[in-house]
Order: sequence, then C-alpha cells, then structure tokens
Amino acid sequence: MTIDRSRWLPPLVVLVVLAALPLFGSEFFVTFVMTRTFMLGMAAATIVFLSGFGGMTSMAQFLMFGIAGFMIGNLSVSEAGSKGLKLGLDPWLSVVLALVITTVVALILGAVASRTTGIYYLMLTFIFAVIGFFFFGQVTTFSGFGGITGIDPPPVLLDHPIRLYFVALALSFATYFTLRAVIRTPFGLALQGIRDEPVRMAALGWNVPLHRTLAFAMAGFLAGVAGVLNVWWNGQIDPRSISIGPTIDLLIIAVIGGMARLEGAWIGAFVFVAANNYLRSIPLVDRIGITEARFNTVIGALVLLIVIASPDGITGLYDRLRRAWRPIGVDQAANQLALEGNDPSISNDRGEIR
Amino acid sequence: MLQQLSGGPTRLSRATIVVAAIGVAVAAWVLFLATGTSAGAAIREPGEFIVTFLDGLTLAGLLFVVASGFTLIFGLMRTVNMAHGSLFLLAAYVAIEFQQRMVGKTNNIVPEEVSILSWVVPMLVGSAVAALLGLVLYQTFLRWNHGDDLRQALITIAISIIIADQLLANFGGLAQRMIWPGALTHFFEILGERYATTRLFMLAISLVVGAGLWYWLNRTRMGMIIRAGVDDQEMVRALGINVSAAFAVTFFVGSFLAGMGGAIGASFAGAAPGTDGSWLLNGLVVVIIGGLGSMKGAAAGSLLFGMAQAFAPAYLPTQYTFYAIIVTFVLLAAVLAIRPSGLYGTAER
Repeated sequence: MTIDRSRWLPPLVVLVVLAALPLFGSEFFVTFVMTRTFMLGMAAATIVFLSGFGGMTSMAQFLMFGIAGFMIGNLSVSEAGSKGLKLGLDPWLSVVLALVITTVVALILGAVASRTTGIYYLMLTFIFAVIGFFFFGQVTTFSGFGGITGIDPPPVLLDHPIRLYFVALALSFATYFTLRAVIRTPFGLALQGIRDEPVRMAALGWNVPLHRTLAFAMAGFLAGVAGVLNVWWNGQIDPRSISIGPTIDLLIIAVIGGMARLEGAWIGAFVFVAANNYLRSIPLVDRIGITEARFNTVIGALVLLIVIASPDGITGLYDRLRRAWRPIGVDQAANQLALEGNDPSISNDRGEIR
Repeated sequence: MLQQLSGGPTRLSRATIVVAAIGVAVAAWVLFLATGTSAGAAIREPGEFIVTFLDGLTLAGLLFVVASGFTLIFGLMRTVNMAHGSLFLLAAYVAIEFQQRMVGKTNNIVPEEVSILSWVVPMLVGSAVAALLGLVLYQTFLRWNHGDDLRQALITIAISIIIADQLLANFGGLAQRMIWPGALTHFFEILGERYATTRLFMLAISLVVGAGLWYWLNRTRMGMIIRAGVDDQEMVRALGINVSAAFAVTFFVGSFLAGMGGAIGASFAGAAPGTDGSWLLNGLVVVIIGGLGSMKGAAAGSLLFGMAQAFAPAYLPTQYTFYAIIVTFVLLAAVLAIRPSGLYGTAER
C-alpha cells in the first residue's frame, strides 16, 4: 500500500504546530486551555470510538477517567492528612496499577452492558456513571465526598506544566492513531458490522457481546490514561468532578465535535474549554444577559443548535461544506478514494454515503 | 432476539438459578442472620423489618409515578426524554412557590398552616406547568425527528442543561421543601415503631395514579389508540387514526406525571439543584429493571428498586452501610443477566 499523503499530512502539520505552540502561545493558553483540551479530547475520543464505530453511546467514559484518577490518588499519595488508602507507592507503579484496575472495571461494566445497544446503552452507562459517583462519595475507604488532595505527578513532571502539555499532546496523538488503526483491524471492522447489523453479525458467528465488552474495555483504558493526566494536572480529585454534570459535559464535547470522526473529540474539547475560559471576555456579552454564571445555558443552547442543525457536529458541518464547495467530479473521486481506503466515516448507520 | 442467538436456553436458566440463589440467600440473611446490622434480624426485630418494608413500598410508589411517565412516553414514541428529571424539578419549584403564595408565607411554614387544598392545588399547578412545557418541547424539538432516538436523547439532554441552569438562576441554589398538609402529618404506631402517615399518603397517590393509568390505557378509546400505536404505529396511521394527537397527549400526560412526582418528591425529600439528575437516574434505573415501555415493568421495577434502596442500608453490616449503592448495581446486573431488555421489556425493534 502506498502512503496516502492526504490522510497523513494534515495530522502531521497539526502536530508540528501544536508542538511549537509553547514558543508563541501564552502560558495560560498552553497549560490551562490546551492541556485540558487534550485530556478531555482523549476521553471524548473514546465516546466517539464507541458510539461512532460500535453503536454504543457510552456515558461511563468520564467514570473511567475518574476511576483512574482516584486509583492514582489512593496508590501514590502517602501524606498523613489525606483521604483514601494512602499506599504511597512509586508514581509509575501507581500508573500501571491504576490503569489495570480501570481496565478490569471497564471489562466488568462492559460485560454487564454488552447485550444492550443504542439508547439502552446510553441509559445504562449513565446509571453506571452515577453509581460510580455515589460509590466514591460514600465509600470513605477510597475517597469520600471530600476527595483526595496532594496528588503529585512523577518528579520529572512536577512543577513543569509545559512538560505535562507535551505529554498530553503526545498521548492525544497516540490515542488518535491507535483508535484509527484499531478501526481498520479485523476487530474494528467486526465492531462496525455489529454497529450496523448486530443480529446478522451474530448469525454469521461473531460473538457480539464479547466484541462490545472488549471495545468498552479498550475505551476504558484510554479514558483512564487521560484520567491519570488529569489528576496529575489537577493535583486532586473529588467525586463531584465525576458527577452528572461533568459526565454530560463529556458527551457534549463529543457531540459538538461530531460523533462520526475521531478528531471531532479534540475540536469539541477545544470549543468547550475555550468557551469555559473566554466566554466572559467576549465584548458586550453581558449586555444580552449572558454572564459567566449562565455558562450552562449558553453551552446547552449551543448543543441544541448543533444537534438540530448538524447532528454530526462541527466535523460533520465541515464535511458538508467541503462537499458543497467542491465540483461534483472531484467529490465523486474523493468518495471513491474513501471507499477504497475503507473510510468508516463515509457511511453512517442510516446507510447514506457522505 | 439477541439473547436467543448469543445465549441459548441453557445459559439463561443457569443465570436464573444464580439469581434465585442470591434471592434466597438475601431473604435468609434478612430474616435470621442479620445481627450486626442497623435493623437487626427480622425474626427478632419485626418492627424494624416492617418499617423498612414500608419505606421501600412507599418509595416505590413515588418511583412509579416518575417512571410511569417516562415509560409511557418511550412506549409509544421510542423517545427517551432525558429532560424528565428537569420537568420533575420545575414542577417541584413551581408547586413550592404556589404553596407559599396560598399559605401567605415564604418560609417556616408549619404543617398545621397547610390545608389539604393548599397542598393539592400547588401539586396540580406544578404538574400542569411541567405538562405544558413538556408539550411545547415535544412539538418544537421532538415531533419532526421521530425514530432518531439518539438525536432525541441528545436534544433532551441539551434542554435539561438549559432548564437546570435557568431553574438555578430563578429559584436559587438552596434546598426548598413543600409542606405536607397538616391533616395528614401524623405518626402511628406499628409493632412498637412510629411511622409517618404522609408516607402512606404518598403510596395512596401512586396507587390512584396507577389505577388511573390502567383505566386510561385499557378502557378508553385514547388508551386503545396508544396501545395499538405501541404495537404497530404504521397500521394505526393507515386506519385513519390521528396518531400525532395521541403522541401529543401522551407527552402531555407523561410530563404531567413527572410534575406530580416532582411535587410529591419536594414534599418527601425537598428540591434543590441536582434533584433533577438524581430523579432522572431513579427513573432510568426503574425502567431499565422493569423494561422500557411497559407499565407492568414500571411497577415491578419501582418495587424492586424501592426495596433495594430501603433494605440495603438497613440490612448491610454496620461498617459496610456505605456500600449500599453497590446493591443497586448488583440488582441491575442481575436483572440484565437474565433479561437484557428488562423484566417486562420486549427486545429492541
């Protein structure tokens, strides 16, 4: 197979620009907006992966994000005043153990949910998320509502927010390319088959619940990696950070970016984080009754607008505009190319070619 | 459909046996063994057992009111209304506000000042407001995209965020309470334990709601259309029946029930930001256990979930009481292991 420049060039250009960002971006923008964008983008990408390619719209991804964070807190913190188990393990060992635990939990939850799909999956995983919130709130052995504070990243990242930015950047790209590669493996193709025709796939001999469980576990692992970064960045974690609000926020990020393309997750995360940080600085915005306190109304209206106008989010809008502006012949050729490249984004579950 | 292909009869019965064994073990624990718990073994502390049972039963009543509205809407339209909890909270706030107007005081209302009327009227006003908003939301945002269930769920999630934020802006962040009527606020004695009459009143309302729903769905023409619509919408349409009107009525009634739940819930446990989310969750747990779209399922799910909520904290060993939330998860997992679409649910079409 020849290297398809149109597939690899854009991500590489973006990577180079982002890697150079600390040279010209303000420190606030780099460490508060962009690092957070990468972490939330990684977690949201797992929603896009599960929903767009597995037909499983999961609301439990932020729970996985949180479980990994809580485990880091329990395993690596040793201070006397802190909550949790206070095991005081080596930070890197904590990372490994936290991710193992997160993946095991994801396997269990994924297995419980594996025979449901679509809207049922959304509701069930939403219940998981809230049960997780109450679990960490009520079970003081692991956290309690006060949460765990004083969580330090490994020494190499401590007090180096720019290094953490680079780690988040690298892991975001690793996540993106991993998921993109997984989608093209036999496993990924089977998953897309299950998304479209679960009964037919079962009749053909595929183990549908197993595929769903494994996909969920993989997504749980990746969301867990993002959760580890988040807890290093934050230095603390409490159950409120994985409550219903943030859980829905993550789904919103995926919706804003678009469920049909992986990169949408990071675009959605950027829009969300930027709106969160800069809404107040838009001139005259407080004149029309929108203040920072009403952020949720603004973001809710934005989501409503996106879901009504462009169900595939910003990336879907981009695809549609690009198609509208291109001459027809070129578009057909592009479609043909996408077909050969087995691009999953060309066909949604309604079977339309986009 | 799916479970037949991937599971098969042997696996199904094995899961049933496991769940039955768990049920027997739980019953034995509650009856004879639960000595280190806050309630004590039922055989020695029958009063505690009855109280816990009544707690579960009355909570199940409220759960049923909320979940029946949710499942009614889903049954006919396949719309998952994620704003159901927001309608609940809106009705709760409106009812509280209206009650304060009727009593003429904004705080420190005592039950003696509340007549039956100044509880029932605010409850109906709150429910009506929720029902009207539900109808408007349906006509504006959900009417034109039937069948696109994920999109509808996302739309209602977005709406629920806006409503929650606006409620916070208009009613503040403090917890508020609706006051039960004084005529009903009594305690009675049962096996040496005091028990609140208002909780039984809550159960009575839910029984009335359940009976009303049963009559409406099974004995009226509109109910017949709705039941037919659940089974075969296209056919009902083809027979020249106005299904769209039935849809609107159903959404109105479903939202009304959410509002009723809100007013009762505000009297029972108060209303505050976040109550919307927790009652949406309660409704979801009930319908996932019972099976989406089934009234029988809503009743069964409410009973199971209500009992689990009441019994888990009372009958877990004292030092493990905070693991009560896990019991909900186990209940959910157990039901889904036997019936992936809930107790009375039909496989997804």
